[in-house]
Amino acid sequence: MNREPVVVTGLGLVSPLGSTVSSFWTSLVAGQSGIGPLTRFDASDLPVRFGGEAKGFDPLSVLSAKDARRLTRFIQFAVWAAVHAWRDAGLEDVDCDRDRAGVFIGSGMGALDMLEEEHRNLLDKGPGRVSPFLIPGVIVNMAAGVPAMHLGLRGPNLSPVTACASGAHAIGEAARTIQRGDADIILAGGAEAAMTRLSLAGFASAKALSTRNDDPAGASRPFDRGRDGFVMGEGAAVLVLERLGHAKARGARVLAQVAGYGASADAHHLTAPPPEADGMQRAILAAIRDASLSLADIGYINAHGTSTPANDKAESAGLRAVFGAALDDIPVSSIKSMTGHLLGAAGAVEAAATVLSLHHGLLPMTLNYADPDPDCPLDVIAGAARSRAVRAALSQNMGFGGQNAALVFSHLAH
Amino acid sequence: MSETGTVSGQELFERIRAIVVEKLGVTADVVTLEASFQEDLGADSLDTVELVMAVEEAFDLQIPDEAAEGLTTVAAVVSYVEANKA
Repeated sequence: MNREPVVVTGLGLVSPLGSTVSSFWTSLVAGQSGIGPLTRFDASDLPVRFGGEAKGFDPLSVLSAKDARRLTRFIQFAVWAAVHAWRDAGLEDVDCDRDRAGVFIGSGMGALDMLEEEHRNLLDKGPGRVSPFLIPGVIVNMAAGVPAMHLGLRGPNLSPVTACASGAHAIGEAARTIQRGDADIILAGGAEAAMTRLSLAGFASAKALSTRNDDPAGASRPFDRGRDGFVMGEGAAVLVLERLGHAKARGARVLAQVAGYGASADAHHLTAPPPEADGMQRAILAAIRDASLSLADIGYINAHGTSTPANDKAESAGLRAVFGAALDDIPVSSIKSMTGHLLGAAGAVEAAATVLSLHHGLLPMTLNYADPDPDCPLDVIAGAARSRAVRAALSQNMGFGGQNAALVFSHLAH
Repeated sequence: MSETGTVSGQELFERIRAIVVEKLGVTADVVTLEASFQEDLGADSLDTVELVMAVEEAFDLQIPDEAAEGLTTVAAVVSYVEANKA
């Protein structure tokens, strides 16, 4: 395969474990939980009253007061992550061709917070009181549109909407776009701020959420027998993807290579994966093939691991079907045990964690893995982060709707 | 009575100025009577709609679209409210 590698040269994020790369990574490695009681609105009558609220996020450090007021929270997250990724990649002082720099940032839900607020206005005060900022505030594609305005990036611009796989699809499609020659740089990732009354009530009705209200930090427990649902989180992550030649020409630091990407659909059920997650299997195999690697090259799996009974069991079965007995020697973790489930941002935050794991040779643990579920026979990293240099790592996500995306990151081959 | 009228005009201006400061994210000192929302205070078409809505809400008014289109300066809003408030 004769295509130019696409590399990761910068990261930016907002998360329940802090909103700098260093606070996020330090907390992940230390096994800290970012989950706690909800503080931003009255959740007292909800069946679920905890989640992973973003920490260390200050919109006014990247936006004017006026823009911060006009932009909804998920868009603010996207801008923060994009601006910090741009800086982290050392692009602030570089005179690059902004017609060839794009933004692919997805989101699963958009701004449910503003939708709820303005619907209340519609009912209470009438149509004449519905904000002119409603539509630009809630449409999902603003996650990519606004950071592009903010940074003046005029290349390809896209917002994948594939529920919990949005961030992974954004990164994969961005890598493809660079490989096709349509851009030199793409800021790729996901943003989500969907912890609202309506959304928590809806996910709770779908029986998707943990109701462990008395123990928020212990509620997200992927692959543990006691898991009872996922824990919602909020945040964003953006990876700076760059054509290798472009990165080299400007002397950029290379964190990892986006080696492979695969995507598929289950064509099965509204919310449930098939019992052996065969769509996910096909996405993983496609990603490994795309990377021109073999199964034996994968040394770490950053799992989707939502902590729902169905996901973790199906994902485990799917991984076993793909890797066979070799799976016993591949460490697996789900950082959702610490961040919660960031929905449309999950794939991006997990991709960032996977890139950092490769870069540091240190694999984060799965918090709350106390009682291994025999239905999930995996080498789950527990107790502490594991030091291990790996050649390539896999990160996969499955979205409601049966949409799957898998990414393979590797060290840059010399 | 004219003195009272002036005071009430000043109060009205200050209330409208506070709305403009909040909605447009500008400092109070630039919100003069002569200031144009779009030309001097950086408002776009969406801001202008929101501003009119906030004025309607604050003074319990319904401003028709034709009238709203003419409200391009702070002074125009003050005069409109003065003439139309209950």
